[in-house]
Amino acid sequence: MTTFTPKTSAEILDIVRWAVSEETPLEVLGHGSKRGIGRPLQTEDVLDLSGLAGVTLYEPEELVLSARAGTPIAELEQLVARHNQQFAFEPMDYGPLLGIEAGHGTIGGALASNLSGPRRIKAGAARDHVLGIHAVSGRGEAFKSGGRVVKNVTGYDLSKGLAGSWGTLAVVTDVTFKVLPTAETERTLVITGLDDAHAAAAMAEAMSSTCEVSGAAHLPEGVVGRFLDRALSGGARTVLRIEGFGPSVEYRFNRLAALVKPHGPVDSLESGESRKLWREIRDCRPFADGTQAPVWRVSIAPTQGYRMVDAFRRAAGANAFYDWQGGLVWLRMEADPEADILRKLIAHFGGGHATLVRATASLRETIPVFHPQPPALAALSLRLKEQFDPRNILNPERMAAG
Amino acid sequence: MSGPLMPKADPETLRKREEIVADMAHIVPGEGVVSDENGMRVFESDGLTAYRQMPLVVVLPETVAQVSRILKYCHERNIRVVPRGSGTSLSGGALPLQDAVLLVMSRFNRILEIDFANRAVVAQPGVTNLGITQAVEHEGYYYAPDPSSQIACSIGGNVAENSGGVHCLKYGLTANNILGIEMVLMNGEVIRLGGKHLDAEGYDLLGLMTGSEGLLGVVTEVTVRILKKPETARALLIGFPSSEQAGQCVADIIGAGIIPGGMEMMDRPAIHAAEDFVRAGYPLDVEALLIVELDGPQAEVDHLIRRVEDIAAANGCTTSRASNSDEERLSFWAGRKAAFPAVGRISPDYYCMDGTIPRKELPRVLAGMRALSRKYGLRVANVFHAGDGNLHPLILYDANEPGELENAEAFGADILRLCVQVGGVLTGEHGVGVEKRDLMPEMFSEEDLNQQIRVKCAFDPNHLLNPGKMFPQLHRCAELGRMHIHRGRIPFPDIPRF
Repeated sequence: MTTFTPKTSAEILDIVRWAVSEETPLEVLGHGSKRGIGRPLQTEDVLDLSGLAGVTLYEPEELVLSARAGTPIAELEQLVARHNQQFAFEPMDYGPLLGIEAGHGTIGGALASNLSGPRRIKAGAARDHVLGIHAVSGRGEAFKSGGRVVKNVTGYDLSKGLAGSWGTLAVVTDVTFKVLPTAETERTLVITGLDDAHAAAAMAEAMSSTCEVSGAAHLPEGVVGRFLDRALSGGARTVLRIEGFGPSVEYRFNRLAALVKPHGPVDSLESGESRKLWREIRDCRPFADGTQAPVWRVSIAPTQGYRMVDAFRRAAGANAFYDWQGGLVWLRMEADPEADILRKLIAHFGGGHATLVRATASLRETIPVFHPQPPALAALSLRLKEQFDPRNILNPERMAAG
Repeated sequence: MSGPLMPKADPETLRKREEIVADMAHIVPGEGVVSDENGMRVFESDGLTAYRQMPLVVVLPETVAQVSRILKYCHERNIRVVPRGSGTSLSGGALPLQDAVLLVMSRFNRILEIDFANRAVVAQPGVTNLGITQAVEHEGYYYAPDPSSQIACSIGGNVAENSGGVHCLKYGLTANNILGIEMVLMNGEVIRLGGKHLDAEGYDLLGLMTGSEGLLGVVTEVTVRILKKPETARALLIGFPSSEQAGQCVADIIGAGIIPGGMEMMDRPAIHAAEDFVRAGYPLDVEALLIVELDGPQAEVDHLIRRVEDIAAANGCTTSRASNSDEERLSFWAGRKAAFPAVGRISPDYYCMDGTIPRKELPRVLAGMRALSRKYGLRVANVFHAGDGNLHPLILYDANEPGELENAEAFGADILRLCVQVGGVLTGEHGVGVEKRDLMPEMFSEEDLNQQIRVKCAFDPNHLLNPGKMFPQLHRCAELGRMHIHRGRIPFPDIPRF
């Protein structure tokens, strides 16, 4: 077993070409903070990108940042924060959920797993913010796509094509992301005591207002005590985040409060607490319990999320909470993952997908971690994989069994 | 004019034309097939009217099953297909081919579902961009991307071109505002990507489809995200004695953390043409004019208007007016929105370019353009989506003067080369099509382009969908599929490992 730790793109090209010629598959890795997601790999050799680090371009006034793929995302967030900027897609940190210390993860990994956070409903995911990439395909060919400008329709958007590909098509060596101003301040409106159905209605109403809500989550009674060092208790909380310039936040908060008051008693979390809460929601903290109990991440139409969960609970024991207006469901299973039941219910409630983001290796070998696709779509995905990695060198079978 | 070199027509297909027309009429009965010369004439070009070509036959299907059967039929017989929405492409994306079926999606014109609670609209691809907004505005919603052709362009075409508009700095492009599509592959298979939920369950094929210019599949349904209309909007009209100062003002606005709903710049020739045309009240003694629109809640807009005014003053603006009514705001926009026809008034023809540059390079690119203008002896006026660096130089020429169109095209190509040189790209929102196809190597190496063609090979290995667009050369997939192995032992003994 060899771990390669290249420092340059040229070295990566050499390693991949060697792996192609030897037909030796590689596990492509950044910090490994998401290593436990996907089918367990059977690879001997590891391509560790954490040494390929550094910012190559940051122009705050142009809202653009380029870095080598192995650059720690935490370091980049600190850098842009000094200019009151951020990655608006609010990349989550899977580490704590998967039993790894918080604060790891690389910018390449953020793209490869298409990270996002609570602001996904307003600002998009990593795929919506990537502007360009340099990469080495599984054929051992170096290429680039996109550029450093926001408005660009020159050729296919391979940067998006690599978002969420989990290192199975190409090894990204350099990424360019759009950065955006950080909100001057934020406040979170809290409604207490709603059941899941009422919460879904309240969140839909809030998202359909002109209040520009940038986070809408529902924390049922079963999880609410695990947020903010147990400061929240005594009933479910439905939380709505408002961000922006000071006077605007005040104005919108008051309007939103008036709007949702009929649903239940309204309270407020000020900026510091608000930031902490949304980080915890982002990182799925309630289920970061040090166990390997199965955790699902389900994306579904927002108004269907709680209905699906209700039906699912009739068949299996699960704890749940909701982000994205109810469209992102985090489920922690009491026992088995019950993948078939869950995925059938998702189809029944209008479609979506479920990813088994945490499970033991043996479960991940037998249960498809990523949502199985209908035959025509699965065949197309496979053809794309064959075009970019015909010898199955890069993270083989991580996303789907061959 | 000569036009770009298109793939050689297949004599076998041309010979079998009558049979193909009959088979198409069988698949799409009634009025769905147009094969007479007069009927086909209206389809011989798109928004890039300099190029014209009669298609083999025009087919206007009405159902997904028909689209699937047409594509399967053509796939089995190796017949090329050119998809077309409303035909407003400015890059020749829907230019027909002599031996290709022109698949026109205009009869897919229904809104299938409006779902306010999930803020989604499901529409057929032939629905116009504005049609979506009109279907939801009674409840105060709209669809954000607003290309200037929004009254005519179709949502399916928007997906194909990843269309933008003046508001995309704040609200994103088509790619950021669609949730899902249903599409038909060249082999007739129907697949769905996304839906009312977010993100893909596997590869981001939706991201690849958006902006693929009709080369990967035919979109038969689109699910879009709708937004609540901002509570209010106000605009500032700001004049500067130099484009450098205007450019710095734009940078400072963004540096202050302000992302306006729209931020447009015009240069002196564009200002004068627009003012002569619509009397918008633009100052005529400035070199650059900025329109900055702020939208959102009243309290925020009023707060930010004052901040932008201060930033403009600090950058030495010579005029600055804030709109105090919607009427006044729209009057600020009137000149900008009429800029293209206004330029059309002062010149027999104009050629609209579409490059994007890093904003800070604006003064350099404008200076370069002035030099090119002298070299080619043609005037140029500039409108500029200043917030996102998307430049629309309008080259003024007279098509009746022999050689002048070719001269204008050469001038345009030089402008795009300049955009690429300063770190920009060939096209910001109009697409590559046939127009910029042969300029692709200015931006991409052969290896870069080969990766894009490999995507094409996964979707359409026989290159039957919209060939001759986007890629200067379509390598055969079998040829591209060969592996070039660099054999031998590990060629990098100096790489650290443990």
